[in-house]
Amino acid sequence: MRRFLIGTLFLFMLATIIYSCQDAGQIKQDVYYVNGRDLYIKHCQNCHGAKGEGLGALTPPLTDTIFLKENKQNLACFIKNGIKDTITVSGQKYEGSMPAFPELYDIDIAQVMVYITNSFGNKQGMYTAEEVSTVLKNCK
Amino acid sequence: MKLQFSIPLSLFAAIVLFSSCQGEKKLPILGPRSVETVTKPDGSTGTDTVYKTIPAFSFLNQDSVAITNDKFKDKIYIADFFFTSCSTICPTMHRNMKEIFEKYKDNPEVMYLSHTIDFKYDTPSVLKKYAQKLGVDDGRWQFVHGSKDSVYKIAEKDYLVAVIEDSTAKEGYIHQGWLVLIDKQKRIRGAYDGTDAKQVAQLMKDIPVLLSEDKK
Repeated sequence: MRRFLIGTLFLFMLATIIYSCQDAGQIKQDVYYVNGRDLYIKHCQNCHGAKGEGLGALTPPLTDTIFLKENKQNLACFIKNGIKDTITVSGQKYEGSMPAFPELYDIDIAQVMVYITNSFGNKQGMYTAEEVSTVLKNCK
Repeated sequence: MKLQFSIPLSLFAAIVLFSSCQGEKKLPILGPRSVETVTKPDGSTGTDTVYKTIPAFSFLNQDSVAITNDKFKDKIYIADFFFTSCSTICPTMHRNMKEIFEKYKDNPEVMYLSHTIDFKYDTPSVLKKYAQKLGVDDGRWQFVHGSKDSVYKIAEKDYLVAVIEDSTAKEGYIHQGWLVLIDKQKRIRGAYDGTDAKQVAQLMKDIPVLLSEDKK
């Protein structure tokens, strides 16, 4: 009985330590993620869907992790300026265009990117507003 | 002993009563109605309720073929108003409608009619591409183009859906996202917000109710 109690206590302590190990960076990312979700629902979900599934051959899904990774430097430009060229996502060609969202601030774009690249089966970590600002200067 | 019997008996009665209530379920007939005097077969006159119906129309579909009401003869259909470059409510409406479309794949009695309100850009060829990309281009789902007057008039006067061309809106048009359920007599039997998952679920439940109506 005594052993059991001590064991439980030990496990509990271990869990507390691990939990508190969530550093400031992780907390910041979580904040970005939650705000990003609200922005996603408002600006993106109509076309890309609640699960990032896209819509037929009209709207690409956001589940292609490789595409997102390879285009990490372009995503901010895509969101801010829209897309006019044909892109290939998950082996499917998407013609037509994506509307631009010039009204979004750099921090909004960073937050929505954190949400997208860490949802729908993606897990690509943090993206800061500073990175967005740098990238946006060099959009094609 | 008597008491013991009466409990299962009353339960049984309740079940019978409830299940018979379900059989009575019918969709309402929506829209304005008028009362008209009619002559009955035996020569006497009486009154009859005349319900609102969708009037005759003719629009170009995605194959550039003029279609009329005849296309929907003996069918029930779901009508809506959209435009292909719309990125607000239309994709959600059509995602939901596509789900219904897939569900009734094997039932030719259920059809779909999407009117474009972007009379400038959404020509039949644009609609064709849209239908193909959405993955619904098998004839059961008609996408139609008409003049501004004809489409806007049928939207507001007949399907009771508000559509407005508004240059101040981001994409140039404002419209409501109703999915309007029309029966075989061309009467409106339901209107569901195509962007609201609950109402779309209700529409899915109402379709079999409407279909079974004609089988009696």
